[in-house]
Parts: sequence; structure tokens; C-alpha cells
Amino acid sequence: MWQRVFHLMLKEFLALLKDPASRAVLVLPPIIQTIIFGYAATLDLSHIRYGVYAEDRAAPARELLARFAGSPTFTQRVHLDSLEQGRALIDRGELLLVVHIGPRFSERLLRHRPAPVQVIIDGRNSNTAVIAQGYVHEIVDRFNARWIAEHAGWQPPLAHLVIRAWFNPNLESRWFIIPGIIGLLLQVVAMLVAGLSIARERESGTFDQLLVAPVRPFEILLGKALPGFLVGLAEGTLIVLIAVLWFQIPLVGRLAVLYAGMALFLFATIGVGLAISSLAVTMQQGLLGAFLFMVPSVLLSGFATPIANMPVIVQYLTLLNPLRYFMDILRGVFLEDASLHLLVGQFWPLLVIGLVNLAMAGWMFRHRLH
Amino acid sequence: MIKTSALGWVNRMQRLQGLLRKEFLQIVRDPSSIAIAFVMPMVLLLLFGYGVSLNARNVPVALVIDQPSGVAADFAGSFRQSEYLSVVQLPNMHVGKRALRAHRVDAVIHLRSQFAREVQAGRSAPIQVLLNGVDANTARIIRGYIEGSLSRWLQQRAERQGQQAARPVMLASRIWFNANVRSRNYLVPGLIAVIMTLIGAMLTALVVAREWERGTMEALMVTPVTIGEVLLGKLLPYFLLGMGGMATSVAMALWLFDVPLRGSVWVLFAVSAVFMLAALGMGLLISVSSRSQFVAGQAAIVSTFLPAFLLSGFIFDIHSMTGPIRLLTYLVPARYFVSFLQTGFLAGDVWPVIFVDVSALAIMAAILLGITLRRSRKRLD
Repeated sequence: MWQRVFHLMLKEFLALLKDPASRAVLVLPPIIQTIIFGYAATLDLSHIRYGVYAEDRAAPARELLARFAGSPTFTQRVHLDSLEQGRALIDRGELLLVVHIGPRFSERLLRHRPAPVQVIIDGRNSNTAVIAQGYVHEIVDRFNARWIAEHAGWQPPLAHLVIRAWFNPNLESRWFIIPGIIGLLLQVVAMLVAGLSIARERESGTFDQLLVAPVRPFEILLGKALPGFLVGLAEGTLIVLIAVLWFQIPLVGRLAVLYAGMALFLFATIGVGLAISSLAVTMQQGLLGAFLFMVPSVLLSGFATPIANMPVIVQYLTLLNPLRYFMDILRGVFLEDASLHLLVGQFWPLLVIGLVNLAMAGWMFRHRLH
Repeated sequence: MIKTSALGWVNRMQRLQGLLRKEFLQIVRDPSSIAIAFVMPMVLLLLFGYGVSLNARNVPVALVIDQPSGVAADFAGSFRQSEYLSVVQLPNMHVGKRALRAHRVDAVIHLRSQFAREVQAGRSAPIQVLLNGVDANTARIIRGYIEGSLSRWLQQRAERQGQQAARPVMLASRIWFNANVRSRNYLVPGLIAVIMTLIGAMLTALVVAREWERGTMEALMVTPVTIGEVLLGKLLPYFLLGMGGMATSVAMALWLFDVPLRGSVWVLFAVSAVFMLAALGMGLLISVSSRSQFVAGQAAIVSTFLPAFLLSGFIFDIHSMTGPIRLLTYLVPARYFVSFLQTGFLAGDVWPVIFVDVSALAIMAAILLGITLRRSRKRLD
């Protein structure tokens, strides 16, 4: 039996790799994507373009503005002559925010009276706006702490926070996103290799030949599943290497746990891919089916937006999504050194999803014939 | 002379009509195209509109109080009022750290035994906060919530003692265009760009690659139709499908998700039409350049869908990307469309923005369609 499976697998690999274009499509995009998206997909802001409308040029106002200029994120400053000008530039998307310091700012501060500073932020992308607002708050908080310490007459606040972030001390969103990209790209590869294999045979009419050959449906299934599995493992390794060597993402957990998770995820994804593949009549349907599965699966995986923010019903829906579990495994192993014990809850659903889908694909195999 | 050219026109229109009829029949017979044009936008918009949000609520937070006191109880009471935090009290830091490790809470707030004494002495007591920083963005949002709760508590305490919790600089920040920072308001318009990229580029790339793969394209070529007519015959039906998907999405954005449309509808549809042409051009170019559906499918995902998702400014801020990547975004049609959509929906008709975006899209459409035409001529030789 293994010999037959081996030959089927060989044939599958040949079909996949004999065409130089499809060979390139399997190897190059994951590398390019990991690098491009690794750089692009960050929620941290940098190079913030901001405008300053200062009606007060005295020392305290200059000191506050110097804090903006000294920050590595606020890099491009525009001096404004009026608030109107700032509004127009925000409208046109040329400035993310405008800082307005009123005429009596320094005077009020020196008289121990609170001095207001107005900030207007472009909210078209509200997440960016909230993050920028956070940065502005940080700068002003530091200015305040310094001012209280250096000038008599101000009371320090009764309590202050000493914050420490575990697993990602500098809160770099890249550490969160890049392990996620591994899951994203592996899913694309495994789904395409598995999801198209049966549809391709059906479209070119070789599927019937395969069925009259002296192999059992189970063996065909295995021969179809294994290439995707092996290609997936190889690409996964490549992307993990890029993440660690190129992007310097810490990999604090154990490789064995990572690979156990990767194998189970590939098993589940290929199961889904084969199930879709066995339902599709044409290659186009196979591709579209794979796509109709992949897009929601990425959205509901916690890749970019946390599952905890979703409505409860949608949260339950995510339990059917293999990528959701793999995201937890990836981030757990990369950043938290999560043990096998801590990830059991992620491992067994992947196994169940894979088994159910493979059974379904096998059943479809036998029954689509008649 | 005039007569023959008029006759030529009639012939040409007839041929085009025939091609269009064939294309429509093909679309109707394989319902997957219609599924991707109408079902996909709806599913995606429902998922995004209802499911995806960056606004965290009821964040589980542990509170550890080393020594109970009136001040600590007051603090705890104030934190419990927060609509964003869901506070559980844990007996000691050991349990607190374990809960953080097991993801049962996202943060641990620790009041040490000197807390009450320091507060009463006015010495600015340190409050230790441990965050799970894996998801940096969420961690930052949670940090903001905790800071907000703390300053509210300080305010309350000061007011009760008849003082003002005055800080030197009082920041008044306003977020324009989306004062309540509803993430839906920018995700839904951005999603329209992703959906139209899907319909335009993915669908045409696959459909036309199939014709090449099956050899039916060559069959078409031996008939008297010109290559331009074949492409036009492909372009028109999918253009209509795409605009249909677009109209569905806009209707859902406005009436289901209450996203405001501050610009005009006509401008919205005009710019969308230009974008649709660029997306279709991209899809046709991919299909002409690749020999098989497998390659076309992969190429379409890699060069259209993922960039539209990640490099368009839809979620990730373009200005924060590193230089070379930022330059790369100028080549992504969706970038201009996302910029236009977010402005058109939330800010209104800002002509300088519209002008730049439309010109870029028009140039791209022209180039992509031009190359497609040349390439498909060459392929025949």
C-alpha cells in the first residue's frame, strides 16, 4: 500500500513542479511576502506628520514643542500660521495631527494655572488616530512630570503607574504580526496545493482514470494530502527562518512544540482543502471555494484584530477555524515559551477538524462517482 | 467608403454582442462568478462590520491588593466602574501572575502594602501594572484604559477633598471625522476596495486563464473577431459584475452599518468605475501572462489581494512603513482607492485628494490595459 501511495505522491509532485512557473509560484511569493508584509504590517506609528500652530513663543511653549521634535515618532513638522491652514492640511491628508498652543499658554503655566493645549487628529483611520493620541498623551505626561518636579506650587499626583509588559517589553507590534504571517502564508500554500489537486484532475478528465486504477480512495486521498503537507513544512521552516534571522523576532519556545503545531495545522488545513476540492467540479470552483474559506478564516483568526473584541456569536464561530488555533500556538511558542501542556487546548481541535474534513473528502470521493 | 465603414461598425457591434452573450451565458452557467461578485461582498462586510473591531471592551484585569485599606477599596471601587475593564480581585501576585500566564486576564494591577500610607502622605504611590504584551496594539489600548481609570480616580479623590487635580498642561484632543472612534467607519469603506479588487482582478484572472488553458482562446482567435473585441467582451461583463458588487457594498455600508457618506454618491461611483478598470486590467494582464489557472490564481492572490489588504493603508498606516515599502505602495491601485474611500465616506469631497487618486488610477488602468492588449497580440504569434 505504501508503495502505491508513494507513487501517487510522486506523480502529484511532478504535476506540481514540472512547470517552472508553478514552481516559482510556490517558492518565491512566500519569501517576498514575508519580507514585504513583515515591514508593512505594523500598527506602530512612525514618521508622524504634524502641524504646529503656536500663538505663544515663550520658553515653556518651546520646551513642550521640543519634546515633540525630540520624539522619534514625530518627525515631520509643519509650522502653521492659522488653525484654518491646519484644518485644510488635515482634510487633504497631509497632516495626521495639529497641535495648537494658545496665546496665554506660558503665562498661565508660570502663574500655576493649568494651561490648555488643543490637539486635532485625523480620524479617518480611527485606530491610527487613537495610537497617535496615545503618543501625544505620553509626551504631555512627561512634560507635566518634569514641570511639577522643577516648579514649586504644583502637587504631584497621588499615585502613578509603573507599567511592565511581559513577553514583548517594548510593545512592538511586529513581534505579534510576523509570527501571524507564518500562519497566513502556510494556509495559502496548503489550501492551494490541496484545494486544486483534485479539481485539476477532474477538469482535465484524469480523475476517472485515477479511480479505475488499482488504488483505494483512501490511498488517493493520502497521495493528494502528503505533497501539500511536505511543501507546507518546508515553506514553514523557510518563513520561520526569515522571521528569526531577518526580523530578529525572538523564538523563546521549543521548536518541537512549534513543529507539532505546524504539522497539526497543515493536517487540518489540507483536510479542509481536500473537502473543498472534492466538492468542486472545475478548477475555478476549487479556487473560489478555497478563497471563500480563506478570507473569513484570516479575518476571524485574531491575526490583526483580537477575537475577544468580536461579538459572542462570532467568537463561537471562530472555534471552527483552524488558523485561530495556529495563531495562538505560533505566538505562544515564539513569545511566551508556551509549553505543550498550555497548548493542549489548541492542539486537539486541529486534530478533530482535520479528521472530520478528511472523512468528508473520502466520502465525497466514493459518492461523486456514481 | 462611408458605407463600408458603417457596415464595419455594424459587423463589429454584432461580433461584440455575440461575445458578450457568450460571456454572460458562461457567468450564469457557472454560478461561482456570481457568488464571488455578490455573496462574497455580503459575507465579508457582515464579518467585518459585525465581527472585526479594534475597540476592546470588558478587558479582564486582575487586581491584587497586598494590604486592604480604605484607600485601596476606594481605588478598587473606582476601577470597577470602568466600562472597558472587567476587574477581578485575586489574593496575591503569585495567583495574579499565573492568571496572566494562562491568558485568563490581560493585565494585573498590583497595590503594594505601603500604598495607602504613601497616598495619604501625598508621596505619589507607585502602582505596579503587568501587561500581556504579545498583542502590542491591544496592550497599548489596555494601558490607555488603565491610565484613564487612574486619572478618573485621582480626579474624584481631589474633588472630594475640595481640591483640583490640576496638571500643568491640560490636553484637549479631538478626533475629527470619527469622533467616537468607531473602527467600523474606516474598516467598511476600506473593505470595499478589497472586495472590488477581489472581483475585478481575481475573477478575470481566473476566467481568462481558463480560456487559455483550455485552448478556447485560440479557437476565438481564428474567428473574425479582433483581439481588442475579445478583451472588450471580457471587460464589460465583469465591469458590470464588479459595479454590482460595489453598489451592494455601499448600500450595506450606509444602511446596515450606518457609515456616514459625507461626499457625493456620483463622485463615489465615478472613481469606483476608474478603479474597477484598473483592477480588471490587472486581472487580464495576469491571465494573459500566465499559462495555467494554478499560476494565475497564485499570482492574483499575491499581486492583488494581499497588497490590497496589507499595502493599501486599509488597516496599516502607510506613512509608518519603511521607505522602500512605502514606495512600493505607490504601485498598488488599491492604495489610491482606499485613500479616496476613507476621504469620500468620512471627510467629504476633498478635491485635491480626489484629483490625485483619480489621476493615478486612470494612468494605471491605461497602462495595464495597454500592456494586456499588446501581450495578447504577441501570444498568438
